[in-house]
Amino acid sequence: MKTKKWLGVVMLLALVAGACGDSADDAGTGAQTGASTDSGSTIKVGILHSLSGTMAISEVSVRDAELLAIEEINAKGGVLGKKIEAKVEDGASDWPTFAEKAQKLISVDKVATTFGGWTSASRKAMLPVFEKNKALLWYPVQYEGLETSPYIFYSGATTNQQIIPGMDYLKAQGKTKIFLVGSDYVFPRTANKEIKAYAAANGITIVGEEYTPLGHTEYSTVVNKLKDAKPDAVFNTLNGDSNVAFFKQFKAAGLTPQGMPVMSVSVAEEEIRGIGTENIAGHLTAWNYYQTTDTPANKTFVEAYKKKFGQNRVTDDPIEAGYVQVYLWAAAVEKAGTTEVEAVRKAADGITFDAPEGKVTIDGATQHLYKTARIGVIETNGLIKEVSSSPAPIKPDPYLKSYPWAAGLS
Amino acid sequence: MDIYLSQLFTGLSVGSVLLLIALGLTFTFGQMGVINLAHGELIMAGAYTAYMVGGPLGESVSLLGALPVAFALAGTMGLLLERLLIRRLYGRPLDTLLVTWGVSLVLQQVARDIFGAPNVNATAPAWLGGGVVVAGATLPYARLFIIALVAVSVTGIWLYMTRLPQGRRMRAVMQNRQLAACSGIATQGVDQRTFFIGSGLAGMAGVALTLLGPIGPSLGTAYIVDAFLVVVAGGLGQLRGAVIAAIGLGVLQALVEFKTEASLAKVIAFVAVVALLQFRPQGLVSVRSRALT
Repeated sequence: MKTKKWLGVVMLLALVAGACGDSADDAGTGAQTGASTDSGSTIKVGILHSLSGTMAISEVSVRDAELLAIEEINAKGGVLGKKIEAKVEDGASDWPTFAEKAQKLISVDKVATTFGGWTSASRKAMLPVFEKNKALLWYPVQYEGLETSPYIFYSGATTNQQIIPGMDYLKAQGKTKIFLVGSDYVFPRTANKEIKAYAAANGITIVGEEYTPLGHTEYSTVVNKLKDAKPDAVFNTLNGDSNVAFFKQFKAAGLTPQGMPVMSVSVAEEEIRGIGTENIAGHLTAWNYYQTTDTPANKTFVEAYKKKFGQNRVTDDPIEAGYVQVYLWAAAVEKAGTTEVEAVRKAADGITFDAPEGKVTIDGATQHLYKTARIGVIETNGLIKEVSSSPAPIKPDPYLKSYPWAAGLS
Repeated sequence: MDIYLSQLFTGLSVGSVLLLIALGLTFTFGQMGVINLAHGELIMAGAYTAYMVGGPLGESVSLLGALPVAFALAGTMGLLLERLLIRRLYGRPLDTLLVTWGVSLVLQQVARDIFGAPNVNATAPAWLGGGVVVAGATLPYARLFIIALVAVSVTGIWLYMTRLPQGRRMRAVMQNRQLAACSGIATQGVDQRTFFIGSGLAGMAGVALTLLGPIGPSLGTAYIVDAFLVVVAGGLGQLRGAVIAAIGLGVLQALVEFKTEASLAKVIAFVAVVALLQFRPQGLVSVRSRALT
């Protein structure tokens, strides 16, 4: 009896060892910590966005753009002769879930890199995961700056490429009394700190600063405060569903874009459809790309996007950034000759790409992109028309080192 | 001066929105003790109805036309929910909580699959744009419409409950189910009717809320907690209690938010309800009875 039992255990162990042995062979060159696997005939990449919850309204399209880019690259032969295989995960608008799924993509799926995130909260939740595992994240959304990480590439605008040009435009228009409205989390709070420092140095008065929880839909008090404070313009850092409620109630209270223009940095073509053009036409946005941006690369991009996802879909800045960052990573990998993280990071510096937004260049020192700032007015057809742009792509300065008034911020 | 008037109106308006979303829940929660976490998704169904009816009929007709359609649609969904799932879980409140929460997740994903994840928009009719200026404060027509709708709904329900025999039967079942059954009332039929009406009211709330906020799959999650707050504070199944609690909470939130900020206003509202429940666990208004339960 004892011998039979012992024999059974040995056989079981042998089976298990055999199975483990097989998968060990598949690990390929993944010997370095958290790096890549280019085993087999595909290179796995992770896509991590909110496909459910309050942020899904914005993030689902970014995932679509990233998949489009992967499809196009695969059609041209892939990267390093291998096809890219996307592993899509849902962050569910819940920041701890982003960290969890990021860990899963890195350790279980062994992806070569991850494209993901939207809110700064999700990025801050994922940052320690990527740094600990020495894995790469490409983050496609504009954010508040004051951050760099060796393991994140930021393909969205930083403060001096979006928020500061937005304030510059308002100042040039003579709007000297500004009211700040934002959602209550890290991006609006940090952005408003920067705006207050800018205002102090540029003779602008901040007449009010209001925060509402994410997903908040009751804006009558905020609108009353706006009417009471009578600002020349509103700087809006609300995110997600809140923007719909805010603009609907702003208009219902009788406020107009001529009397009190609202400059938004989180409202793009995608969100305009949910808000309703009748509620938001005439207001301003600050981005680096609009669907109407006039470049040949953009014409082909918009056509391809609409063809794949539907003619009534729109493209916007984070969608374009998601698309561009896949191409940038692919270019870095080709230049490095491997998907290994440290090599890709080194190779990325100086890579340029003819993006739909114009030429972008990776700045290796900060791992941000050179981007052109564009101020736009929302039109009644739901698209945004550019009214002002920076003369050339702006060098990223996430810590605002080139601005003396920002000295106390970081 | 006009800011205080505006803020008072805001309080009234916030209260009317709270009452709108909680009205249906007062009955489903009060009637069967059913904790229906899918109530938010019934509101969402009503909102999407406004979006779907929005195109074909033209804007003015569409909002008023969407109200009965939403009532019928949400009411039917609630009825199906009751017949298929909740009836089997009679007397097991924690199970109904889990089951209805699961249903709410399913409904959210169904909405996402049918309409897409991004928000959609229903254009408000032109006659609801703008507002009336009273003593320097602008009272938006959209909010006045909601207050009017809530007033009409509350009056309608009150008439139903006090004048119509079906309504009186509903109150009988709410007060003492066993005695009502002994008296010959078909309690299952009354349950179904209650659920239909409660869910239909949620659907109408959804239509009205499209005037103020987003139409998206996660619409329900934004309102469900407030709905339960009002119902619990007002007393289960008590119309008067729900009205008082909703308006009270609305005015409280508006005042606190004016002095501080929105997050704190919500916190204070929760604290107020918790404090109220310490002294009156049965809610503001309750039926006094000699029953031991």
